[in-house]
Amino acid sequence: MDLSRFNLITIATPLVLGAGVLLVMLVDLLSGRANRRPAQLAALAVVLAAAAVCLATWNTGGVSFFGQVSGDGFASFFNLIFLAVAFLVILAGPAYLERNAIHFGEYYSLVLVSVMGMAFMAAGTNLLVIFLGLETMSLALYVLAGFNPARQSSNEASLKYLLLGSFATGFLVFGIALVYGQIGSTDLARFSAYLAGAGDPFAGYMGAGVALLLIGLTFKMAVVPFHFWSPDVYDGAPTVVSAFMSAAPKAAAFAAALRIFYAPAESLGLPWERILWILAALTMTVGNLSALNQASIKRMLAYSSVAHAGYLLLGILAGNELGAAGILFYLASYVFMNVGAFTVAWMVNRRGEGRYDLGDFAQLGFRRPLLAAMMSVFMLGLIGIPPLAGFFGKLYVFTAAVQAGYVWLVVIAVLNSAVSVFYYLRVMVIMYMRENEALKDVDRIPATFAAVAACALMVILLGLIPGSVLDVARAAVASMP
Amino acid sequence: MTEQFTPVVWMLLSAALLTAGMMAVAIFLGPRKMNPVKAEPYECGIKTEDPPLNMRHPIRFYVVAILFIIFDVEIVFLYPWAVVFRQLSLVAFISIAIFIGVLMAGLYYAVKKGVLEWR
Repeated sequence: MDLSRFNLITIATPLVLGAGVLLVMLVDLLSGRANRRPAQLAALAVVLAAAAVCLATWNTGGVSFFGQVSGDGFASFFNLIFLAVAFLVILAGPAYLERNAIHFGEYYSLVLVSVMGMAFMAAGTNLLVIFLGLETMSLALYVLAGFNPARQSSNEASLKYLLLGSFATGFLVFGIALVYGQIGSTDLARFSAYLAGAGDPFAGYMGAGVALLLIGLTFKMAVVPFHFWSPDVYDGAPTVVSAFMSAAPKAAAFAAALRIFYAPAESLGLPWERILWILAALTMTVGNLSALNQASIKRMLAYSSVAHAGYLLLGILAGNELGAAGILFYLASYVFMNVGAFTVAWMVNRRGEGRYDLGDFAQLGFRRPLLAAMMSVFMLGLIGIPPLAGFFGKLYVFTAAVQAGYVWLVVIAVLNSAVSVFYYLRVMVIMYMRENEALKDVDRIPATFAAVAACALMVILLGLIPGSVLDVARAAVASMP
Repeated sequence: MTEQFTPVVWMLLSAALLTAGMMAVAIFLGPRKMNPVKAEPYECGIKTEDPPLNMRHPIRFYVVAILFIIFDVEIVFLYPWAVVFRQLSLVAFISIAIFIGVLMAGLYYAVKKGVLEWR
């Protein structure tokens, strides 16, 4: 057997995570019934170790395992995003889990398993590896969504996500089968080569295959019309899990979509541009209009994340380097805003798990000025106000779309951003202007507060040095095989 | 090409004949003593305790079944590995060692969690 074909460097980060899962499970097992802290610390250590490995092996892997995975800068960039999200939810999580009496050590290992799946999605250069990664990620998420067995809404979220998610995965697998039927391979390089050489890119099974692939991936991104699960699941799932689910899996789905569609899009323009055009326009509009009228902050954030999937689709549609690098930058900033906003949402929740009312934010600006200021950073970032990271993400993706000639779609996107100002600003209005409703005080939780502060810092920092981060993203995109 | 399938046809025919023959022997020669227990679903001569649809199975059955499947699959990998072990390199040995290590960690986890205790 030739060992050089199995270059372990290419999958070093997911390997560390995989070993880490075992470690965390055993640590949790050996640390007694009442004490979950060792498991949390072990999980944090694993994430840090994986991040160190990721940085050390940045763009050194190349294609390996018979062309199935590529340890390029693209995979490293996404791995860092996933690991950051995992770190934040592991750091912030225990307080929430304790509050709901669901502090089980499995939380940490499930988050790590899920991130391992995402890492394979970002590194896969073969449709089947991407599928395997997606399933690993999703199975852990199905369990995490139902992590509060005593609450019916959590069970409902888990079941809904499982049923719809496995159905969508079925579409993805069938799409892969049809693509295989047409080109005789599941290799992405062969896929792009076929599309570049074919006169009619939709000949034979290819049209149906690509359409089914798109359904499978856009489901995970929560793109309209495959978004119906997301408000219910984000709303019903424990809120720490919602924070994780709305950020990392979406990034992973976009990583997979870029892997599959970027190279063909760059060489011949997307043959399926009309489908993506309609999907993007629908997603932005439906997401934003639905978010306008939500009384629950969790549902509002869920619809807002649907809308953001629409903006991100512009980058895939643009199919140029700036579009792809823009998506990377956008996701790097978006995950921090979303994790931060969801975390603040459960910190200020004062009416019990069942009600996440916007009214919870009343007077927050005076009682906890720092927390309110950070929430404002997230809201302004999600709108895309200039000095913050969210602005540059939108700027890059929209510019790429204009360069590719999708002026009208960008007009729709900008109008949608204007609409979104209403519901994001409403949170701030409530925080600073609404009368006190005699609610009980917000707990002071140092670790969680630190996680939120880290999110806010990243949103500000990425807005201060967008150029250099974009350069890293460009290099990452260029390193794709 | 068709003649390749002649043995298959013969096999189908003989299987049908054999089955029909055995059923005929049972129908014509077997004793018939009817009683209510025999008319129940899942009849096996022992009286069913509960109507099967209302019966609740403890979740332990499923956990044990899952554990069984895992080790069953392990055997599927181990047998071919053991047969050609001498021809394989060190890489195969290390791979299978890691594989078994992960499984053993899982087994240890399950035992420690008390999955195999039948309470």
